Amino acid sequence: MLDQADSLPDKRTVASRIEDLPIRVVSPKINILTRIQNIWVFRELLVSMVRKELRIKYKNSILGFVWSLLNPALYLVIYYIVFQKILKNQVPLFAIFLLCGLLVWNFFSNALSSATTTIINNAGIVKKVAFPREILALASVGAAFVFFLLQACVLVLALLIFQVVPAVNYLWLIPFSLLALVLFASALSVALSAINVYLRDTQHLLELVLLAWFWATPIVYPFQELGVRLSQKHLLWLYFLNPVTVIVLTFQRALYAILGDSQVQILPNYSPLWYALQLFIVIVVSIVLFVGALALFGRLEGNFAEEL
Amino acid sequence: MPAAIEIDDVSKHFRLYHEKYTSLKERVIHLNKIPYEEFWALRNISFDVNWGETVGLVGHNGSGKSTLLKCIAAILQPTSGEIRVRGRVAAMLELGAGFHPELSGRENIYLNAALLGVAKRDIDLRFDDIVEFSELGPFIDNQVRYYSSGMYTRLGFAVAVNVDPDILLVDEVLAVGDENFQRKCFDKVEEFQREGRTIVFVSHSPEIVRRVCDRAYVLDHGAIVGEGTAPEAISILREYQAKGSGLASMIASMQQGEGDYVNVAEAVSTPVDGPEERVTVSQISVSFPSKPGAGHLSPGDALTVKVGYSATRYIPGVIVGVQLFDQKGDLVFGTDSDLMGLEPLEVDLEGELEFAFPSVPLADGIFSVAVGFTSAKDQHIYDWQNQDLAFKVISAGKSSGYVKLDPMLIQNGEAVPAKS
Repeated sequence: MLDQADSLPDKRTVASRIEDLPIRVVSPKINILTRIQNIWVFRELLVSMVRKELRIKYKNSILGFVWSLLNPALYLVIYYIVFQKILKNQVPLFAIFLLCGLLVWNFFSNALSSATTTIINNAGIVKKVAFPREILALASVGAAFVFFLLQACVLVLALLIFQVVPAVNYLWLIPFSLLALVLFASALSVALSAINVYLRDTQHLLELVLLAWFWATPIVYPFQELGVRLSQKHLLWLYFLNPVTVIVLTFQRALYAILGDSQVQILPNYSPLWYALQLFIVIVVSIVLFVGALALFGRLEGNFAEEL
Repeated sequence: MPAAIEIDDVSKHFRLYHEKYTSLKERVIHLNKIPYEEFWALRNISFDVNWGETVGLVGHNGSGKSTLLKCIAAILQPTSGEIRVRGRVAAMLELGAGFHPELSGRENIYLNAALLGVAKRDIDLRFDDIVEFSELGPFIDNQVRYYSSGMYTRLGFAVAVNVDPDILLVDEVLAVGDENFQRKCFDKVEEFQREGRTIVFVSHSPEIVRRVCDRAYVLDHGAIVGEGTAPEAISILREYQAKGSGLASMIASMQQGEGDYVNVAEAVSTPVDGPEERVTVSQISVSFPSKPGAGHLSPGDALTVKVGYSATRYIPGVIVGVQLFDQKGDLVFGTDSDLMGLEPLEVDLEGELEFAFPSVPLADGIFSVAVGFTSAKDQHIYDWQNQDLAFKVISAGKSSGYVKLDPMLIQNGEAVPAKS
């Protein structure tokens, strides 16, 4: 960035700083490193876009941000009634258990859903202004993350009300699981946002995939219900192919922290290091996916302005 | 000193689909069978833009000039080739393109600046300038959706020019807005030029290009077909605009130096039915007595229009007329022997007439010549030949319009001195 805001450059100063000016290369081949650099240069835009998304979402609604709190609260009430009261679920403090998983899931599905349509929804600027388009997908993730933080307040409130004590020796895993979650969601968001420009029914397909994915993740039901049966058939690894499972499990283990009682098994009894290793794998895989997504995005980006 | 913009063998390829399939289902159904046409919007474009230059890109609609500008702005990626741009670029393809209607003017200034890659603290410093330039005053905190198109445009321009760009890319935007705002825009562009910033300017208005640009490139069908100073480029553009009416090929042959004599209408006469007595134009040509062999005129040069005729028999009362048309087909000049106060002509069999213009005060342009014969008795038209012959005028002086006039400028009774 140039620090000449107060003095306009005259001819001489322009000449003297030409050598220092950044060079932007427009070509069909832009490597990943340059792409990441460009995103970094435009980081302020990312912040502005996140702010814009949030402002617009609640601009003309009376309750504004309260809506984002009402959403998990309502989910909570519905699932609580269905599972604990009607289906006689044995999980103690089901509301807390559910909220741990739901929080993670809401972030994940919000980020993906809004990122998928973001390029199309912002066609106006994509066609007229030059900036790293990945920012749009990342802004969707950013906006979802702000909602996540708001909804986390509901969880903290619930923890206080029900006087649940988190597992202190697992709490340090939370930042890492958040990192893994953001990276994984970003990778998928960047890829989906580009694909949807060409295949517009990606957004409808995504809804179905997300529905299946939601039930494949131990959010509503405890991990052990499926985990025990899978490990008998030596298929437990299958369960961990889903990175969201690892992240949800970490949240549940650290914040909900009830392994089970005589009647019901809820969470597996793994050590913090086991979780750390799993998260590490998810982070590495997500970084690889993110780089792959950027490469895909770069290939598809060239024709955005024509396809929109 | 490195160039501000280096364009290196850039080509851009579009596929025009007859029908656009954008869903997975449709793509699967029509797999590999989607009909499309190949279309090269840009072909092997290479040139540099130096620092402090104002370069115009001119061409008719679809010539690829806007595509090239979008490639320079990094909005489109070229299919092959590379463009290197140094410094901060502000692209004004559409003013206020990044505005979101739900946000206030103030919020949009920051968002738009962020889109252009400007830090928030830089905008904080320039915020007042932007608001002042946009003339929005108290409306700056209203939602942009309630702005008039003029307010919208003003704010867009205000942001684009106040982000301290090293390179400004402008596409036709100066053509909008009221006169007052246009003047402000031009003042700003001139200020940028004085400050040594680089401007690339796309327009199909020769007036604006002449006014603003140092140099210009002419594009046609995605390729550069000419370059030069703004007046030169505009002349070339006019030639290409004439394509389709058959003028361009003729001028091309004139440029190839096939003498200052052009024969066109040798055989093609379309005689108008009438009485037996008839005069037809057998040949028309133009020549430039003051510049033989130049292939074009300069303002003030002499021009001769030669008309060969053939008559069916002796006819005593004939009027000969001549007309000059501009590119759009509007009449620039017209007269005939009767209007000139001359006696009716007597013609018999074959002969030759010359309209000798001692001085043609025309400025840049391509002008077509029409000649015809009418009867002095009843205004009956014997023959009329138009739009088959043209000549070109290239003006060196800095004026615009079709006519070359030489005004003097007098300030408080004294002539303003010329530039030393």
